[in-house]
Amino acid sequence: MSTRYLPYVLILPTLVFLCAFFLYPFALVTRQAFGTGDGVSLDTFREVTSYWKFPISLQNTMLLAAAVVPVQLALALLMATMVNRMKKGRDLVLYVWTIPLGISDLAAGIIWLAIFEQSGFLNSMMLGLGVIDRPTAFLSYQHPGMIFLAIALAEIWRATAIMLVILVAGIGLIPKEYYEAAEVFGASPWQRFRKITLPLLRPSLQTALILRVVLAFEVFAVVAALGGTIFPVLMGEIYAYQFDLQNGGAAAALALIVLGISIVFTLIILRVLRVPKGATI
Amino acid sequence: MTVFTKFLCASSGIALALLGTAAQADVVFWSTQARPAEEAQAMRDNVLAGFSGTVDYQPNEDGPWLTRLQAELQAGSGSIGVLGALHGGFSALDPDTLVDLDDLGVASSSDSFNALARLGTDNMQYVPWMQASYIMAANREALQYLPAGADLNALSYDQLIEWAAAVQAAVGEPKFGFPAGPDGLRHRYFQGYLYPSYTDGVVRTFASDEAVAAWEMFRRLWAHTNPASTNFNFMQEQLLSGDAWIVWDHSSRLANAFNERPDDFVAFPAPAGPTGRGFMPVLAGLAIPTTAPDQDAARALVQYLLQPETQIATLRATNFFPVVEVELPGDLPPSVQAAGAAIAAMSGAPDANPGLLPAGLGGKGGDFNRIFIDSFERIVLAGQDIRTVLDDQRPRLAAIMQETGAPCWAPDAPSEGACPVE
Repeated sequence: MSTRYLPYVLILPTLVFLCAFFLYPFALVTRQAFGTGDGVSLDTFREVTSYWKFPISLQNTMLLAAAVVPVQLALALLMATMVNRMKKGRDLVLYVWTIPLGISDLAAGIIWLAIFEQSGFLNSMMLGLGVIDRPTAFLSYQHPGMIFLAIALAEIWRATAIMLVILVAGIGLIPKEYYEAAEVFGASPWQRFRKITLPLLRPSLQTALILRVVLAFEVFAVVAALGGTIFPVLMGEIYAYQFDLQNGGAAAALALIVLGISIVFTLIILRVLRVPKGATI
Repeated sequence: MTVFTKFLCASSGIALALLGTAAQADVVFWSTQARPAEEAQAMRDNVLAGFSGTVDYQPNEDGPWLTRLQAELQAGSGSIGVLGALHGGFSALDPDTLVDLDDLGVASSSDSFNALARLGTDNMQYVPWMQASYIMAANREALQYLPAGADLNALSYDQLIEWAAAVQAAVGEPKFGFPAGPDGLRHRYFQGYLYPSYTDGVVRTFASDEAVAAWEMFRRLWAHTNPASTNFNFMQEQLLSGDAWIVWDHSSRLANAFNERPDDFVAFPAPAGPTGRGFMPVLAGLAIPTTAPDQDAARALVQYLLQPETQIATLRATNFFPVVEVELPGDLPPSVQAAGAAIAAMSGAPDANPGLLPAGLGGKGGDFNRIFIDSFERIVLAGQDIRTVLDDQRPRLAAIMQETGAPCWAPDAPSEGACPVE
């Protein structure tokens, strides 16, 4: 075989895989969302957006993403710079920090539920220390802020590592010479971080942010475990349409809405963090 | 032929033969019931082990259960032999996809169960398999706060509220528990307990003035309910942890509490309202899909599961009661004894007002439940005006009834055609 065709042959398996398990189901979902029997209609979209919980779940999903992702970004940057400076035990620290990645999100939700519930660890600890007289129900419908906080905490704990891994790899790619030159000119550590690390980390930041933001719109199991029925999010509504109501069309329509939101945010991130032409490391 | 190829042929022959017998002998029992690991194991070891053939018992969540079944039905061929599910699971299916089971020679001893099992057709679409109900349970600690003159086996809703208030006043926190979590069976409470007890109906009376009174009562009860209830799914957990002292739930979702600490808890009938003591039976059934690979083996398995001895073994394994006449042995687990007595007291009460399971809703069962769950979330959790919410939900309920054409079921008065929302 000539080398001309080799690249195409090499990407063929991935292409086939994507077509079979992404594009084809995607086409089916689209057809299900728009078509009810004959012709194209927007009925299912009208149905899901007119449901009284839709604005609430959209708002909850957005707020959660807006609260969680910036904190995760800051944390991941901090952790990545720290790891990068370490001489010894770098791998060990990295492994420990990425442990939450290996835990399924439902399990993570249940871990945090065990902390926050009425007879959970937090209550028994505060009771033991004499801070409170009797256990309080943190995760009740009367304290929506507390539920939000608990979900945000669980999400930050669970999914910061995915950004961390990408950023650590990205920082490793930045040549040492830039830092040495900066030091010669007397740049402070903060200046070096702002003027060298951040700009040169753009491609990795882009990847990490896109991945994390898209995942934030798909938050589901952690919310289900901690928020019960009082913190509806888009993914939970999709699940309810598909499995509680057996309404595949509505579930597909809502899934396409989530996809639309994800695409918009991906484009924004791509645009904001674009790497100027010719500017490579 | 070399020795090696001979060996290859022989081993592949053996493998093929093994595959063949395995495929022939195993009846796949695809069930939404007895899902927890211990219950599934008890089904395999103590219930199905006595069957003449071998059974591959596979319990699964409702969603995946339906997804695989529908995939097999659409493909026109499948591996599932016997289906086990609640009445609601079967009523969501097209009756044509289930084998008629009239000639099987087994049925429930209850005519109303057998009528439900026809799914609106003239033939048995599934065979009633086992039954349960929703009951009340309380921590014995709470009994000292019972209002004066109240009989635990004949409580009224006013007495329940008084009791829950007294407990709250005494211990300083609300101790009534209600399964309002995502997997909780809250909708069954509204359909089978609240509405029958206050309005003597479910669909017809959905937005009546009596319904407003019912929701007002529930709001008063909610004031003494543990606010974390929106995370409670199986009330046995909160009974055991002490987060709730007085609870309502499915008898098999309370079983662990009674089995772990039988001396700490009591079971008792649901309270009564102005129109009687509303309660709802739970019915699970067995069916055979038209795509079952070995119909005879599947039929034999259904017959086996309806035998009195098997029914008692099933009771021990799952805490679901027999649907045929059986002599209950004396050495049953504490949960079964407690629940059995409470259910008997409830159905035998002079003011008993049983509400049947929703029937004839087909695939709209989930939408029907959502009407009640949404009403609860808006009225009780969000504090919206009861009349406004009920009037807002009424056309949605009417649309579901119109679309499915489901006739009224007890305690609603019978209807010609679709059950009207009055």
